[in-house]
Amino acid sequence: MTASPTSAQFARNAHQAFEDPQLQKALHFVREGFVNQRAAAAARLPEFESLRDSARDIKEHTLAYLDLYLEAYEKKVTAAGGIVHWARTPEEANKIVLDICQRHGAKTVTKGKSMIAEEIGLNDMLAAHSIAPVETDLGEYIIQLRHEMPSHIIAPAVHLTKDQIEADFRRNHDQLPPTRDLGEPTALLAEARAILREKFLAADIGITGANFLVAETGTSIIVTNEGNGDLTQTLTPVHIVLASIEKVVPTLDDVSQILRVLARSATGQDLSVYTTFSTGPRRPGDPDGPQEYHVVILDNGRSSMLGTDFGDMLRCIRCGACMNHCPVYQAVGGHAYGWVYPGPMGAVLTPSLIGIDKSAPLPNASTFCGACESVCPVRIPLPKMMRHWRERQNDRKLTSSSQRAGLAFWGYFAKRPGLYRLATRIAMPLLAWFGRGEGRFESLPLAHGWTDSRDFPAPQGTTFQAQWANRRKPAIFGPPPAKPPTPQASTSANSEVQP
Amino acid sequence: MSARDDIFNEIRRALHVKGTEAPRRRIVQDRLTNTPKGIVPARGQGELTERVATFREEAERVSASVTEVTAAADVPAEVARYLRDRNLPARIRFGDDAYLAALPFSTTGLDIDRGRAAANDQACLSHAFGGVAETGTLVLTSGADNPTTLNFLPDTHVVVLEAKDIAGDYETVWDRVRNTYGQGLMPRAVNFVTGPSRSADIGHTLLLGAHGPRTLHIVIVTE
Repeated sequence: MTASPTSAQFARNAHQAFEDPQLQKALHFVREGFVNQRAAAAARLPEFESLRDSARDIKEHTLAYLDLYLEAYEKKVTAAGGIVHWARTPEEANKIVLDICQRHGAKTVTKGKSMIAEEIGLNDMLAAHSIAPVETDLGEYIIQLRHEMPSHIIAPAVHLTKDQIEADFRRNHDQLPPTRDLGEPTALLAEARAILREKFLAADIGITGANFLVAETGTSIIVTNEGNGDLTQTLTPVHIVLASIEKVVPTLDDVSQILRVLARSATGQDLSVYTTFSTGPRRPGDPDGPQEYHVVILDNGRSSMLGTDFGDMLRCIRCGACMNHCPVYQAVGGHAYGWVYPGPMGAVLTPSLIGIDKSAPLPNASTFCGACESVCPVRIPLPKMMRHWRERQNDRKLTSSSQRAGLAFWGYFAKRPGLYRLATRIAMPLLAWFGRGEGRFESLPLAHGWTDSRDFPAPQGTTFQAQWANRRKPAIFGPPPAKPPTPQASTSANSEVQP
Repeated sequence: MSARDDIFNEIRRALHVKGTEAPRRRIVQDRLTNTPKGIVPARGQGELTERVATFREEAERVSASVTEVTAAADVPAEVARYLRDRNLPARIRFGDDAYLAALPFSTTGLDIDRGRAAANDQACLSHAFGGVAETGTLVLTSGADNPTTLNFLPDTHVVVLEAKDIAGDYETVWDRVRNTYGQGLMPRAVNFVTGPSRSADIGHTLLLGAHGPRTLHIVIVTE
């Protein structure tokens, strides 16, 4: 794998992230840029919400017939002269890629952006066999210079400021005059473009990811803005596509539905600049394009997610909207999550791929505000699945004994509604009285784990159930009750502990 | 057991199926053959003149430049003007496309290169398979007529688009692709191009011309 996961140390990673002023400056863009751009794009398309339903339905349908669509896809690729390889594990996928590279005596490999390549740790494996991988997506190129993992699935270098990138370029491009002017972002772009252009022309093999695979035609699709993926796969004699089993969709019409929600959810574009549909190698008479076309389809635990509590996660189209809108991601960035997939989608997917024992904090790194689910283009119930992981942690005793004891204590009352009402009716006014000065508690006995990093709100005097009963009565004849305040996405105490 | 068999077995175990069930196979075959359309946004729909107007508006929104000429014979002069106005060399490359080959480039004084793009080409010319009004998207197909490298290597990409080929939506384009190449068949590459290349990876600033063309000029022929 790419570097060993540090997901288990989420709290420590998050603390470091808070204290990193450059990171906090860079994260401003996630909070402002991505969120506003998505909202504007969604507002401009009246059919956006129904297209989300359509995209969800297509993915759901495909997963229910996944074996047959993968079969149909493979048949079409083969008919077009391409070769499909199947890999159960990252090791198998790496072996397939390495064999192809070695068969062609490859020295350098250009790469379009691929999260699967990150997942299997492809670059380290290639480098260990003296094959130089060159990332060509600008963001990926920058983090490759820094030996970092992507901090975002569509904007891998979103955690960096322009000044940091300038310093990286000066350090790494030492063949260029040190006095050159890199003050403007355009100068940095021009420099990267010139350097990478040479790499494109010299590469032996081009590796890209795939946003989708189309069963109807045996087509792999990449969606990019820079054009690097296209230069990667068009200029080299061999094109290798890295994909995973859930990328398949039935038809070109189906993928068109999903494309309409992908870029809008991701960057707020109506469509990304380049959507490329590739089917097999160069045809007779073609003056360009690869002579060999390979597709490596990875499982890596995905098939065993089908039909489980986590099956819906396989609908994910990797747009990044869930992390852009997540108050936790916005506060700490992607590296705190400690592995390839950050944010809410990572909090659900990472435990499935590397094990909950290695990623226990991730499903807990959530305020459960629900923002992720509300913007997910394929309506994945992310908070619900994080809750499933928490249940499993509890069942497998991966949580602390005091936390389990606390839950058992609360559970005892929750299962006995009469007793629960009685207990809360006594406790609430007491707590309200103790907290009457501040309206909140800075510390509570037996709950330091909670109050160390946030205040516990003091009850307002009566229980929710009592208030609910009160509100319902006058509503029948009188004016409607006042609208409750809009729930805020914040890292402060939320209603998690209340029923 | 092979990786392939293992993966299929695991999927079928999870779905509680054997993979041989006739009703399941029929549902999949029907979808692949009938290619049902989903929701098609109203934005790109309308008569030809409306589609041309929407295409133009959307393409300009994503920083492409667009001009209209009323006759194919006017294309070479428009290409020459565009290159001159941008202080580019009077030189352009295109493929074996018969439509482009028939245009009177000899009247313009432009030097013409033919074939796939070379690394140092400054400007290339393509004839689009079609356009999509909904998002101002060009649809380009690979082959000797319009080699794919023309779309990505040069700094300046000029694309000729016949107004009659502007569809309202992607689905209409796919029907045309099926009619042209055969049901379930595709050219090696179909490129949807929506504006010139861009990146926001450096300091969150949107910049044009990341790896592909910095400028995209579309000439719509309305005859």
